[in-house]
Amino acid sequence: MSHPVLRVQGLGHRFEGARDGAWAVREAGFELHPGEVLAIVGESGSGKSTLLNCIAGRLAPAEGQVLYRCRDDREIDVHRVGERERRELSRTEWGFVEQQAHEGLRMNVSAGANVGERLMGQGERRYAALRDTATRWLARVELDPARLDDSPREFSGGMRQRLQIARNLVTRPRLVLMDEPTSGLDVSVQARLLDLIRLLVGRLHLSAIVVTHDLGVARLLAHRTLVMRQGRIVEQGLTDRVFDDPQHPYTQLLVSSVVSA
Amino acid sequence: MNPVLDIDGVRKRFTLHLRDGLQLPVLDGVSLQVGAGECVALVGPSGRGKSTLMKCLYGSYAVDEGSLWLHRASGERIDLARAEPRQVLALRRREIAYVSQFLRSLPRQPALDVVAERILEADPADPETDADPLDDTPYLAALEAARAQAGALLARLNLPEGLWGLPPATFSGGEQQRVNIARGFIEPARLLLLDEPTASLDAANRRVVIELIQEARRRGSAIVGIFHDEEVRDAVATRRFDFTES
Repeated sequence: MSHPVLRVQGLGHRFEGARDGAWAVREAGFELHPGEVLAIVGESGSGKSTLLNCIAGRLAPAEGQVLYRCRDDREIDVHRVGERERRELSRTEWGFVEQQAHEGLRMNVSAGANVGERLMGQGERRYAALRDTATRWLARVELDPARLDDSPREFSGGMRQRLQIARNLVTRPRLVLMDEPTSGLDVSVQARLLDLIRLLVGRLHLSAIVVTHDLGVARLLAHRTLVMRQGRIVEQGLTDRVFDDPQHPYTQLLVSSVVSA
Repeated sequence: MNPVLDIDGVRKRFTLHLRDGLQLPVLDGVSLQVGAGECVALVGPSGRGKSTLMKCLYGSYAVDEGSLWLHRASGERIDLARAEPRQVLALRRREIAYVSQFLRSLPRQPALDVVAERILEADPADPETDADPLDDTPYLAALEAARAQAGALLARLNLPEGLWGLPPATFSGGEQQRVNIARGFIEPARLLLLDEPTASLDAANRRVVIELIQEARRRGSAIVGIFHDEEVRDAVATRRFDFTES
């Protein structure tokens, strides 16, 4: 069996000024194997986004480790390496899809430049090649390539999210972290975006972590699901087992609260 | 007999935390062996845990005690009760197929692809050779071949071709069941789990399913099934396992 691409061990985080004993994340641990999609579910304030940000190296955890195995098979401790190496990781090995597309895009440059810029970061300088790749990536995420020179400001929420995904995937990351990638969108737009994410994760053989409060998103995308409550992981396992045979009282409550269509 | 499945002392109870921790014991020490080419019919009144045992074997229910040994083609054995999620998923792609009572397919996915996807999953593209995410040619070639195979089985199950391109959510019970059966039978499985596969089928389609089950037996699948239809059960089962006493 292959080595895990990510190992999270004993991870804890508390925000500055939090009242005594209030940990946003406490004793979080799990592994992610190549090609696996993991959903982190829970209600607002359960610590799921904080956990994701600690994994991404955006927040320094108070306790624990995030170990990532690179393309060249080196395992690195994400919070021990320097800022430069962490940025290198996020440019070459990782993608991060923000809930708010405008936070993951540069709104003052064209759609094509949003995609091409990340490639330039990897050393591509030929204008024609950048433009050609950007055009093909727009088509890949089902955006009209004729919109290449348009500003993302002119795009709808769903289109911006597609563009953000293209901007992330153009550099061929191995691990993609997604924070509520479909919330805030109309239901029909959300459905098509989920279909696209599912297709791309499979086609690109990605490992992915998706934070979501929507159990339907977890069921559709994730092989495994991890349930968080008050900063702690209360249950984790095969997605259909977590939802069909939940063991923890809180998971039972979550599952029983869903209105099935 | 070449054993494929060895169920040993399996116990399963549900604890309903939202009902003050009410305990529902469902399986109380079930033991059963199934060999290659055998089809064991689980019989007994409803509510005795027949479907629960199937879900434990498929991995969607946890097991409290006991073992579910699957003897793999490779000669190794694995305890399904303790397998890691990724091991269960790998087994589901290749070695374990499950025709559940109700089709649970992805929303918006056409019936033909519900079946074709199973073929693609059994033989996933190699990330090394399938390196260009912008070039769909190899993927589409594999998809077309899988669709042709899926279409042939749907035709055999008399599902009108006009439905193949539509998501099964709007289909009748019998139509959904035939998509589900096609998905379960399209790839040969070492362990085949059948939960009421013919419940809403007419006589002609029941006969097709009986043939499919017999073909799977001849290929050496071990089959565990729940068949309320006695005609079907008599035609396919090599043995009965009675849940009345357990």
